[in-house]
Amino acid sequence: MIPFDYRRAADVEGAVAEAARTGAAFLAGGTNLVDRMKLGVSAPEVLVDINRLPLDGVEELPGGGLRVGATVRNSDLAAHPVVRRDYPLLSRALLSGASGQLRTLATTGGNLLQRTRCLYFQDTSTPCNKREPGSGCSAIDGHNRQHAILGASEHCVAVHPSDMAVAMAALDATVLVHGPGGPRTVPLTDLHRLPGDEPHRDTVLSAADLITAVDLPPLPRGTRSLYRKVRDRASYAFALVSVALVLHVDDDVVRDVRIALGGVAHKPWRARRAEGVLRGRPVSADVFLEAAEAELADARPLSGNAFKVPLARNVIVSALRDLAWEER
Amino acid sequence: MDGEVELRVDGRTRRLRVDNRTTLLDALRDGLGVTSPKKGCDHGQCGACTVLLDGRRAVTCLSFAVVHDGAEVVTAAGLGDGERLHPVQEAFLDRDAFQCGFCTPGQVCSAVGVLDEVAAGHPSAVTADLTGPAELSPEEVRERMSGNLCRCGAYVRIVEAVRDGAR
Repeated sequence: MIPFDYRRAADVEGAVAEAARTGAAFLAGGTNLVDRMKLGVSAPEVLVDINRLPLDGVEELPGGGLRVGATVRNSDLAAHPVVRRDYPLLSRALLSGASGQLRTLATTGGNLLQRTRCLYFQDTSTPCNKREPGSGCSAIDGHNRQHAILGASEHCVAVHPSDMAVAMAALDATVLVHGPGGPRTVPLTDLHRLPGDEPHRDTVLSAADLITAVDLPPLPRGTRSLYRKVRDRASYAFALVSVALVLHVDDDVVRDVRIALGGVAHKPWRARRAEGVLRGRPVSADVFLEAAEAELADARPLSGNAFKVPLARNVIVSALRDLAWEER
Repeated sequence: MDGEVELRVDGRTRRLRVDNRTTLLDALRDGLGVTSPKKGCDHGQCGACTVLLDGRRAVTCLSFAVVHDGAEVVTAAGLGDGERLHPVQEAFLDRDAFQCGFCTPGQVCSAVGVLDEVAAGHPSAVTADLTGPAELSPEEVRERMSGNLCRCGAYVRIVEAVRDGAR
């Protein structure tokens, strides 16, 4: 690891100014950044520690909804009484990620900005367009069992590893960002990018943009939600496929539905085609299957992950069935 | 590119000068000679370096020591009360919940954290009712302790010991 300067931020503006001036990386929980620094994947010359900024609150918003500060720990957010009551899919997503002793450290902002666990991205001895633009993609013809089936490019087939972000995508969350030009908001579904020909850019943020909070809008009454994650081990593993589902059924008709998929793309994948098929339709197994297949019509599996296409289809359908016909 | 850090470790206030690159784990082990937390994978995957950091279980290999100036660290060596072991440690002995023992300090610290989390009513990924009280079924222990690997495979006894430790 190369030596770096360490500075503790005194306020948000100072942290952003420091990053803009020096190219510093923001340090929160460190559970991914420090690991990447050990691996030589990331080598910031300056770290700005934002852990002591007053960004660790969870507050209910006037008019409903919740504002989650950027440094709220994953364990605290998962256990928060309002999250458990009103956003159970978010609690479930958080609790299905990492381990207890990592969630104590990991933060809301850091979880969003964690980088792919693609083996080649994390191995500096191999080509990787995300780590070293133009060097090539080792995963396309390599070990790609964990990789993308939707929205990938010839330059990168990595997936975003977060569970939390998938739940937040289904919740239509908004990310509050403070950049050199001041504060702004970014819809969570627009925060992460597809790889295209710039896979080194995970998000639309610039290096000096600091995430300060995430706003969760209220879920309408009668809405149900779930997060379902399929992985190789029962616990402590990244998703092969995950589904975050928000569903409102009235009179056996789908009034509102939001579906986000994890483990299948470079970003949390909002399944808007499936949502379009479902909205206004009567709940039935055939409609659920039609919706899942519509979403996956453009899936392009790699040599090692063709199983993800039927897996994603089946998890979407089972999630819809379970929520639609759950006892009230 | 170094800094001064004050830590309270197992009840003693310790000061040391560290290179910014020093992890909390290396500061404890190499800087202070506190060797109870173990370096297994050094990438946050095995849990052997778990301590109670400001009262909550946390790995120490993925954060820099300079970040934790002023923190309270309790390792497995500091859990007991003088000559008396912590009930979780007693339970690990009674249940023979280890073989080589390398992962045990991390397991014990994690278990103490788990029991606190359950007492506070925090759910896990396998808790059926997110808003109900948390219970300590074998399934719950396995889920909550999944971040602590044991290469000897003493898991069956570890589950028993963690449940005993709650009594």
